Amino acid sequence: MSAKTDVRTYAGFRAMTILCLIILYAPLVVVTIYSFNASRSLTVWEGLSLRWYVDVFVGPESAKFQQAAINSFSIAIIAATVATAVVTAAATAIVRGGKFRLRTPSFGLITLPIMVPEIVLAVSTLIFFNSIGFTRGYMTILVAHIAFCIPFAYLPIQARMQGIEDTYEHAAMDLYATKAQAFRRVLLPLMMPGIISGFLLAFIVSLDDFIITNFVKGAGIETLPTAIFGSVKQGLKPNIMAISTMLLGLSVVMVTISYFASKWDNTK
Amino acid sequence: MAGGAVSGGSVASDTYKQVRHWLLMPSWLVLGLFVFAPVCVMVIYSFLTKEFRGGVIWEPTLAAYDQFFFDRGLFGDSDPVLQWTYIEIFWRSIWQAGLATFLSLVIGFPTAYFIATRPEKTRALWVFLVTIPYWVNLLIRTVSMKFLLRDEGPMNDALLSIGLIGEPLQIVNTNLAVQLGLFYSYLPFMVLPIYASVERYNFAMSEAAADLYATKWTTLRRIVLPAVKPGVIAGCVLVFVPSLGAFLAPDLLGGAKNFMIGSLIEDQFKGNAGNWPFGAAASMILLSMVLVVLILFARQQRRAEAAT
Repeated sequence: MSAKTDVRTYAGFRAMTILCLIILYAPLVVVTIYSFNASRSLTVWEGLSLRWYVDVFVGPESAKFQQAAINSFSIAIIAATVATAVVTAAATAIVRGGKFRLRTPSFGLITLPIMVPEIVLAVSTLIFFNSIGFTRGYMTILVAHIAFCIPFAYLPIQARMQGIEDTYEHAAMDLYATKAQAFRRVLLPLMMPGIISGFLLAFIVSLDDFIITNFVKGAGIETLPTAIFGSVKQGLKPNIMAISTMLLGLSVVMVTISYFASKWDNTK
Repeated sequence: MAGGAVSGGSVASDTYKQVRHWLLMPSWLVLGLFVFAPVCVMVIYSFLTKEFRGGVIWEPTLAAYDQFFFDRGLFGDSDPVLQWTYIEIFWRSIWQAGLATFLSLVIGFPTAYFIATRPEKTRALWVFLVTIPYWVNLLIRTVSMKFLLRDEGPMNDALLSIGLIGEPLQIVNTNLAVQLGLFYSYLPFMVLPIYASVERYNFAMSEAAADLYATKWTTLRRIVLPAVKPGVIAGCVLVFVPSLGAFLAPDLLGGAKNFMIGSLIEDQFKGNAGNWPFGAAASMILLSMVLVVLILFARQQRRAEAAT
């Protein structure tokens, strides 16, 4: 069918799609290119160089960024692990627990952190920690991250479990496996793609968070986003471009893995 | 939306019925203690008396809400006059979020439609391309946007060198920059639900319309659009709601003159204002606006489901 007679296609929609992708990627591509700029100035291009990447690791601000990176990654790993464990149990109850009164409220509670605007979540968490007399610091960031990572970890795990028929577990139990064994040896391995996908999404969400972290962190503790924000407030600098490009690359890699994990069909 | 996701599962099973409450216990504890309870405490705080520079005195008052809507003079004893400062900030936020939503719709609809009409094999790849930027750190994306739009940034350089403009466009620190930033932050949210609707759309209806001599644009307006309306509305809600409470785009791209709700709230806790009850009250008003949008949305989606 030619484009003229095809009722499905519209002139200009392809151009709009390309425009959309250009808009989405242009800022990221530009920052990536300029992170390799040899110049101290952001405006003048002086040729390719890894100077600013070196600066991130050994430059005057390297100690600050290193500590921020350690905080960010350790919080993201712990928060994503705890959130994934918690929601795997919850998904089992909601998908494999029959119908019960608390089912819908539980689902509502789990998705609550994505319904409430992030700034409101940040305010309420800060107020809460303050009212119970918790000192703000590493632990408050960690606890807040576990809580708001939960829906992001939950959704791919629930989606995966809904796609697995329970005949596999029943077959195992017909062969005298206990429910715990059927869960551990049959359901859990089948769930793996969903669990990996959920873990990675929770990890990225935790690693990326700025607003909530900025509220609940105490003075003197920084994560990568809060450190970057602090730096940017003083003015854009080339070493920020380099850090941004590294984080950007990491996110793209993780999302790609998560994407292929969720597509991976191991039930056959 | 929420109900559909639970009941929509194809597999109904009750294998783990006996232990279901134990399995749910950890998530109840974490979310109840660190999300639900804090929101409740925030509600209480919005009715307390402020303490100088942060914190509260446990004395119930409506002062925070009063300060939001009324001006009672310097010493607080004149007759209340409606005061527009904060209402204007909220109104500006709604306006900015609305424009960002409109812009996302203009770009997002054709994109979603185009992707949904690709051969089945390549669709997933297109969708993936649209979603990648969403997973890149929002702060980094906003900083990148600022870098690109700066007066002496690459975009102005490029436009100057091809002679399209005589002097650099000043975009950063204007309302336009905030709209562009919000639009850029949440554009993928517009594309995905519309894509999902168009993918389910039965193109035989378009063919029928064409057979009855409808032009293509008439078909789009009268046949396709009504059929994919739930997706369009979902996309608009998903862009509008986070834009409304956004902090990074207005803060980094808008500068001091283009305050939005998010900046107003932040200023009460992290900035100079230091009025916690007022910040809690502003958060409450934002939360109520979002809830109204979500409730209207849920009702609309249920009606649309019932109609099909």
